[in-house]
Amino acid sequence: MQKLSSLSRVIVALSSLSIIITFFIPFWRIDLFAPQYPEGLTMKIWFYKLTGDVDIINGLNHYIGMKKISVTMFPEFTYLVYVVAAFILYGLLAAITGSRKLLFSYLVVSALGGILALYDFYQWTYDYGHNLSDDAPIKVPGMAYQPPIIGHKQLLNFDAFSMPDLGGYIVVASVVIAGIVWFIEWRKHKAA
Amino acid sequence: MRQSELKTLALLAIAFATTVFSCKPKNVSTTTSGDAAQKVYVAPGKYDEFYNFVSGGFSGQMAVYGIPSGRLFKVIPVFSVDPEKGYGYSEETKPMLNTSHGFVPWDDLHHIALSETDGVHDGRWAFGNGNNTPRIARIDMKTFKTAEILEIPNSAGNHSSPFITENSEYVIAGTRFAVPMPDSDMDVPINTYKDNFKATVSLISVDKESGKMNIAFQILLPGVDFDLARAGKGKSHGWFFVSCYNTERANTLLEVNSTKNDKDFIMAVNWKKAEEYAKAGKGVKKSVNYAHNTYNDNTHSATSVMEKEVLMLDPKDCPDMIYFMPCPKNPHGCDTDPTGEYIVGSGKLAAVIPVFSFTKMLDAIDKKTFEGSYAGIPVLKYDAVLHGEVKKPGLGPLHTEFDANGNAYTSMFVSSEVVKWRISDLQVLDRVPTYYSVGHLSVPGGPTKKPWGKYLIAYNKITKDRYLPTGPELCQSAQLYDISGDKMKLLLDFPTIGEPHYAEAIPADMVSKNSVKFFKIEENKNPYVTMGEKEAKVERKGNEVHVYLTAIRSHLTPDNIEGVKLGDVVYFHVTNLEQDWDVPHGFAVKGANNAELLVMPGETQTLMWKPEKVGVYPIYCTDFCSALHQEMQGYIRISAPGKNVPLTFSTGTNQPKLEEDKF
Repeated sequence: MQKLSSLSRVIVALSSLSIIITFFIPFWRIDLFAPQYPEGLTMKIWFYKLTGDVDIINGLNHYIGMKKISVTMFPEFTYLVYVVAAFILYGLLAAITGSRKLLFSYLVVSALGGILALYDFYQWTYDYGHNLSDDAPIKVPGMAYQPPIIGHKQLLNFDAFSMPDLGGYIVVASVVIAGIVWFIEWRKHKAA
Repeated sequence: MRQSELKTLALLAIAFATTVFSCKPKNVSTTTSGDAAQKVYVAPGKYDEFYNFVSGGFSGQMAVYGIPSGRLFKVIPVFSVDPEKGYGYSEETKPMLNTSHGFVPWDDLHHIALSETDGVHDGRWAFGNGNNTPRIARIDMKTFKTAEILEIPNSAGNHSSPFITENSEYVIAGTRFAVPMPDSDMDVPINTYKDNFKATVSLISVDKESGKMNIAFQILLPGVDFDLARAGKGKSHGWFFVSCYNTERANTLLEVNSTKNDKDFIMAVNWKKAEEYAKAGKGVKKSVNYAHNTYNDNTHSATSVMEKEVLMLDPKDCPDMIYFMPCPKNPHGCDTDPTGEYIVGSGKLAAVIPVFSFTKMLDAIDKKTFEGSYAGIPVLKYDAVLHGEVKKPGLGPLHTEFDANGNAYTSMFVSSEVVKWRISDLQVLDRVPTYYSVGHLSVPGGPTKKPWGKYLIAYNKITKDRYLPTGPELCQSAQLYDISGDKMKLLLDFPTIGEPHYAEAIPADMVSKNSVKFFKIEENKNPYVTMGEKEAKVERKGNEVHVYLTAIRSHLTPDNIEGVKLGDVVYFHVTNLEQDWDVPHGFAVKGANNAELLVMPGETQTLMWKPEKVGVYPIYCTDFCSALHQEMQGYIRISAPGKNVPLTFSTGTNQPKLEEDKF
C-alpha cells in the first residue's frame, strides 16, 4: 500500500504546477526604509532577474563602497529557472507515479534545496556587505552592510527587511501542501 | 486526530506568513504635542517674536520669515534679478549686479551673518554670500534692501562666507574652489592642481557707521576647500575658525578622492595678528579687478566701481598667524559656542563630533605641540587641542547652534535628525527627527554670545511626502522646534523659497522699530527726480527721450505722450510722490523687454524701453494703490521716424477737439 490516493495525487500535481506562477512574479524582496525614504526602497528578486529600485539602491550603496548589484553578477539567474522547472517535474513525477517514497524524496530534496538557496543568498549578501571599496566616501569603523537573510536589521540610517515575496510563499505553500499530503498518506499507511 | 493536526499545520503556516509580512517599520509620521498649534499661532494683526533671515540658496535671494508663525514677509532681492521689484531691470539697480564678468543676474546665496556689537545682535545689517561668482552682499535692515555688493577677487566658490566678528570688525570670505591666481599663468592643466591652485581667505572690514565693506586683506593658502567658518568670541575674539576639506587636494572625483584622509582641518586664523602684519607692510599688493557696488538711499541709485588692488598676506611671511587643527572627516560646520571656549567641528563623514578647546589650542601653540606641518603651516596635535568627542551622535553631523544654557544642537544630514548635547560633558541629551535631510540649524542668537533661545529651526533639503506634491520639483522646507524644555518638540513645518542653507533669527523689536516707512521726497537726490507734478516733463536728447513721470493716487503725470519716434530710446523716470506708509506705485509699458518698476514712496526709478513698432502703447500702475488704481493709466504714442509729430505731454488736458472745430 505504497501508492498515494488519487485525491492526494491531484493535490500534489496541482501544488507542483502552481509553482509555474513563480516564473511570472518575484519570489523574494528586500525593503529599505530611511528617514528620507519614508516610502521605502524595494529590490525584488525573481528566478532570473531583479526588479524594483535597484538603480536607486546602487546609487546609495556607492557611498559605502558596495559593489554594484546587477543581474549579470549572479550566475544563479542563468540556471535557477531550470532548477525550479526540474522541481516541478519532480513533483509531477511523484503525482503521476503515485509513489509515496518518491514524494518523500521530493520533500527532502525541496528542503535541502531551500537550505542551499538560503546559504547561497547568505554568501552573496555577506560578500556585498563586507567586501567594500577602499575608496568609499563613508567608512564607518567595524560596520558591515550585510542585509538580514530573513527579518529586520538596522544598517546605518536604513532599516533593512528581507522576506519572501509572493512567489516565495507559493513555493513554500506548495511544498507544505505536498508535505501534508505525505503526512496524511503516511498516517493512513501506518494505521493500515 | 487527522483534522486537528491539519488545523495545527494550517495555523502554523498562517502565523508564519503574518509574522513575515508584518515586519515592516511602523509609520514614522510625526506627532506634534497637543499645544503645538497654540505655540505657533500668531493671531491676525499680531506680530511674530522673531525675524528669521533665511538664505534663498539657488534663488540667490534672502527671505524674511516670522517666527514662530513661519509666515513669509519678504523676499529681498540680492544676487538675482527680480522682475517683480524691477531689481536688476531698472537703470538704478542694474549696477548692483555688475561684476568683473559683466552683469551677472543670478547667484547662489548660502549663508547669513547679522551684524553684532559686543557679540550681540545689533539689528543693523544682514550679510549674505554669493557662492558662484564670489560676492558678499550687505542688506540694510532698515529698508530691507541690498545696500552693497562687493565682489571677491582671487576667489572661486565663495562658500566659507560671510561669518562675522563680535563687533562686526570683519566679515570673512573663504574659497571653496582653489583656482590658479591671476598673478600667475591662469591657463594651466587642471591636473597641475597641487602646484598651481591656491585658496584664499578674505577679511572684509565693515565701517562702524555706514557699514561699507572693504577688503582689508587676503591670506594666500594651500588649495584646500574651505567650507564654513566662525569668528571667535569673548576669550577667542581675535580668531577665526574655518573648516576645510579636500586636504588631499584632489581636482577630480572629490567624493572619492577628497575622502581618503581620516582627518582634514579646522584652520585657526589669528586675525588680530594678520591685521598687524597688514599694517606692518608684510602683505603684497596684488593687481586685480573686482566690482564694488553700492546703493544710495538718497539718489535711489547704485553705482559700480571697479577696484584694482588687494593686499595679500602669505603665511610664509607671517609666522604665528595660522594653525591647522586636525578634524575628522570632511568637516562642514565649525561653530564657536557662546563663551568662545569651544569650537565644534562637524565632520560630515565622521562617527563622532569633535569639540576643540580654545584654551588648549593656545596652550598647544605656546608649547609647539605640533604633529607636523601642512604646506608650511603648523598642524597642532589632535589630542592636545581636543576638549572631547561626542560619541554616537548620529550620522552625518553638519552644523551646530547653541542655546544660552550650555547646550549644543547639531544637525545630522544622513540620519535626518537634530541631536541636543551638553557641551561640558559631551552627553547626548535628546534627539528629534527632521523631515528630511537637514542642513543648517538656527537658534535665535545661536551664533552670538547671547543666544535668545526658545526656538530651533531646521532647514531641510528634502520634503518628499510632507506637503501636497507639486510635480517633480517639491518645496524646500523649514521646521520649527520648541527648545524651551528638556525635550525638543516639533511645532511646525513651513515651506521656504529656493533652498535654505544658513539663517539667523533676531528678536523682532530690534529690527521693527527701525523699519523705514517711506523715503522723504525732499531728500531724493536722484538726478532724474521729478519734485512734483508741475516738474513733470518729456525731454529729447538726440534719440533719447527722457520722461520725467510722477505717480500719485490715482494718476500718472504725464499720461499722454506723443512725438516719440521709432528708433528712440525712452527712459521713464518714475517718481512716486506719495509720502505715506505702504503706497508703492508700479509702472509698466506694453511690450517692454525687461520688467516693471516698483517705486516706493519718495523714490525715483527708471525703466528703459526701446519701442519696436509704431503705435500707441498703454502705460499703467501695476501695484493696486487705491480705489481708482484701475484708472491709473495712460498712453505713449510711437510714430514713424519721418512723421512730423511734435513732442507733447500732458495729464488731463489732451481732450478731443470740439465738434464745431471739425467743420
